[in-house]
Formats: sequence, C-alpha cells, structure tokens
Amino acid sequence: MLTLGEKVRKIRSKNAGPFWITIDIFCGNKKIYKEVCNKLKNSEIINLLMISEQQLKRFEIDDLNVIKFSFPRKIIQGNIFDRDMHGAQLAVLLSEMKF
Amino acid sequence: MIPIKVLVPSGVLGLGFDIEALNNGIKNNPDIISIDGGSTDSGPYSLGSGTSKYSRAAIKAEWKSLMIAREKANVPLVIGSCGTCGTNGMVDWMENITIELADELNQNIKIAKLYCQQEKNFIKKNFQLSKIFPLNPAPMLNDQLIEEMTNIVALAGAEQIQECINTGAEIILAGRTTDTAIISALPLMKGADPGSSWHGAKVVECGALCSTNPTSGVVMVEFDKTGFTVEPMSKNAFCTSETVAAHMLYENADPYILHEPGGYMDVTYSNYNNIDKKKVRVEGAKWHLSKQYCVKLEGAKIAGYQTSLLVLLRDKKYVENVKKWTDKLSKFLKKEINERMDIDTSEYSLEFRHIGLNSTLGELEKNIRSPVEVGVLCLITSKNQLSTEIAKLINPFLLHFPLSSYEELPTFAFPFSPVHSDRGCVYEFALNHILELDNPMDAFQIEISEV
Repeated sequence: MLTLGEKVRKIRSKNAGPFWITIDIFCGNKKIYKEVCNKLKNSEIINLLMISEQQLKRFEIDDLNVIKFSFPRKIIQGNIFDRDMHGAQLAVLLSEMKF
Repeated sequence: MIPIKVLVPSGVLGLGFDIEALNNGIKNNPDIISIDGGSTDSGPYSLGSGTSKYSRAAIKAEWKSLMIAREKANVPLVIGSCGTCGTNGMVDWMENITIELADELNQNIKIAKLYCQQEKNFIKKNFQLSKIFPLNPAPMLNDQLIEEMTNIVALAGAEQIQECINTGAEIILAGRTTDTAIISALPLMKGADPGSSWHGAKVVECGALCSTNPTSGVVMVEFDKTGFTVEPMSKNAFCTSETVAAHMLYENADPYILHEPGGYMDVTYSNYNNIDKKKVRVEGAKWHLSKQYCVKLEGAKIAGYQTSLLVLLRDKKYVENVKKWTDKLSKFLKKEINERMDIDTSEYSLEFRHIGLNSTLGELEKNIRSPVEVGVLCLITSKNQLSTEIAKLINPFLLHFPLSSYEELPTFAFPFSPVHSDRGCVYEFALNHILELDNPMDAFQIEISEV
C-alpha cells in the first residue's frame, strides 16, 4: 500500500501567522487530485493532528489540483512548549499516512 | 499615471538577492522599490526584545545595494517592518544604518520614518472603549496582560505608506507593516484596480518565491486598471500561471481571502495566464471595503527565563527505557528542587524532550522506534531568573541517575562544559487582535529627516 506522500507530488506545511498552521497537498494531476479528494477523509486528518472537527478548514482548489487544510495551533508559535515554530515538519505526518 | 511598476528585490531584507537581476529591474524603469524587513516567522523573540533577527552587517550590505539602485532609478525606496519586528527602536536602527550609508555613498536623501509602536495606555484605553476585537484564536485580553507586554505594534496598511509617499521622501523606513501594503500603496493611490493591487502585492511579497527560481529574489509587478503582470528579473527565473497562483496558498490559512487594513481581498474568481515564457497576467481579484477601518495588533510578553541542558544516552538499556528514565528523573528532581530550593512547580516548568524518538512532533509522532542513541534535552523555564540555579541542581542527576537502585551509578555523555546553556529571557505572542481606528493615522506617526 502506498503512502499519501508517495501518491502525490508534494506535501508541505507552514505556519500562517503565529496562530495557524496550513498544509498543502499538491496532487500533481487531475486524476490523483480527484482520487485524493474522494478518499482522504477529514476524520483521518483530525485524528492524525489531534484536533477537533470544528477547527479543521478544508479547501479543494481544482485549478491547482491542491487540497489544503488549515487549523489553529494548539501551542502558539514560539511558546516555551512549541517544538516546531514553522510547523514545516508536520507535513511528514500526512506524507507517511497509508493511502 | 498607470501602469505602475513596483520592483521587489526579495522577500525580506537580509535574505539576499541576485544583483544582476536587481540591475535588470532598474533598467526596466520601476516607479518604486519595495522590500519587506520583517516577519513573525521566527517566533516572538524579535518583537519581545525589540531586536532584529538578521545581523546588522547583512542588512547594511543589502541596503547599500538598494540605496545605490534607488539613486540610479531616482524613485522612492520603501522598507516595511524594519528590523524584523517593526518597533520604533528598529525604525531608528534602520535610520542609523541609512545615515551611515548615505555618508559612505555621498547621497543627500529625504527620509520618512513611520512609527507603528503602541503605548500601553493607548491600548488599554481602546480596550476599555471596546475598540479592540479578538481574532480566532486569541489570548484573553485584560489590563494586566497589556501591562505585561514588552512591545506592542500595529500593522500599517496602504494608507499609512501613502502618507509617507506623499511627503516626497526618497527613502521610507516603516515600522510594522503588512507584507503587502508596501507594494500595493503606490498602485492604489495612482488608480490601479484595488483587488488586483492587493493580489499582485500578495503574489510578490516573498520576492521570486512566485517563480521557478525562488533564490533569485527580484521580481517586477506592473499594475493597471484591470489587473497586474508579474515577471521575475533574473534571466534564470520564470513565472508560470501555476507558480503565481500557488503563492496564494503559501503561509495563508485561507487560499482565497486576505484581510488587510480597511477591507479584504477575494481571489476566488481570479484568472492566471502566461503571456510569454516569463510573464503571467492576472485579473479578477475583488476588494471588499470594510465598514470600520481596523489594523491588526501584535504584542509579546516575557514567558520566563530559560536554561537548557543536553545529555546523550548510548547505553542500550537506557535508550530503550528513556521515557521511563526521564519520568522517574523528573519526579525525583521536582522533589529535590522543592526541598533544596524551596520552589514550587508553579514557579517553573521542567520538560524533557527525547531527540531521536519524538522531539519534533511530540505526542503526534506515529513512528517511534528504538534508535541507537537518544539526546535528552532538558528545558527549564522559570518566572524569575532561577532557571540557571535549577539547572545546576539538576546537573549531577542528569549525569548519573540510575533506572533502579540495584545497579551501579551510570554516567552518560555531556557534550558541553558548562553543561547548562542560559537562553536568557524568552517571550510569547500575547495578541491576535484588531484595533478599530476613526482615522488610519490615529495609531501611527511620521517623522521626516534629511541627510
């Protein structure tokens, strides 16, 4: 079984200001985009990131074949318990998901 | 007056740019040169301490190239968010660098400084008048929290930058500003399409990140009555409709909407078309004026004083049981700290991170395997400056603490002497709010000087 990271072209995550994180899944082409849109459930993302359903925003951007998730950070950027200020390593969690 | 050409040398001063591309940009006759000088990307330290994240030498070297380019082009040069955080002190720091360079380059310049820092009493007064609103999520605001903040800034928008441009200054040194306002200000005042002025500004706010060659830095964006055209200035960079459209995703929680002082832009119906190999034409963004003029606030407060220790574990038994080891050690240390120093756990935090296991993702890590070695990073943050003393108390136990009482004292690897590293004062962001203003200049001041 492939991982999501092996299926798509690129997955990146980044802080969007000090209070939010955003994750972009670049699918690479329409076929894979449609497949990921259909199969990737919000419930899986919520479990993976340990956030509530209300916190997750999902965008499907047809023109770019991109699926985007945004959510408020549990720990504000740079607070003493923050481990990854730019949140850029979070993308790995999605990359390593079985798809 | 339109089209208006804005030259953006890079995403931020201090990051570097291709000098040949900059010269190319100057040959293409820009109407203004705009560069960002700041960000909250590296956390609250810069704003908390009121200091620049980049070295003065790096800033001075790049600013020199831009001052030379500005003189050649004979157009205004604008920097927003001086010294990373855009406090008043950092605007003055940037002015100091500018004066030194003007002297070295034998330039006579009129400088406009835009101050964006906020007095605590002004913020308290506006909070009491219910002119400050929380964004989602926001720390709970009260007078005490306002009092605890070391620096508060308001993000200037296009209106305040336009005031500076109207002074006729050749160099504009702005305090905290939205990344886009330094770019959109001139096209907006010259009658370019408002939605496209903000959209174009957003596309090029990170320099050549909207192209195929991000490190080349320099891009030109041309604004007119119906849209904008973006082109990278390096001969090795190209903009495609995809690289340009994709930039709306970057660092944006919402890929279609961007809030700015005075309103928001919506790019839902924008279209992106390659007009040749390098250039992309974009039209269709909408600007929605808000009823009230609001600016965003940023503030930071002291979170405590921090000291770190690092110990390396290579012994297989300890590597396999590292979580158990630090749990036991933590419990033991809290008791020792309480007994020997008479400090309660409410006055400090003690945290162990396991480098090699899950120190990046913490509780979210799904893939924990036993590694060859583990680095145990011990972080102590105290309200007062006791973290160093706590670290010194911890030191011998971190070196020798056994998993059970039936074994000889182990000795782990300390890579440093001294073992502890004082990280000094650490900060946290304390505001995610907007402030309503009757007049855009109400929270901002402009000062003019000539050198």
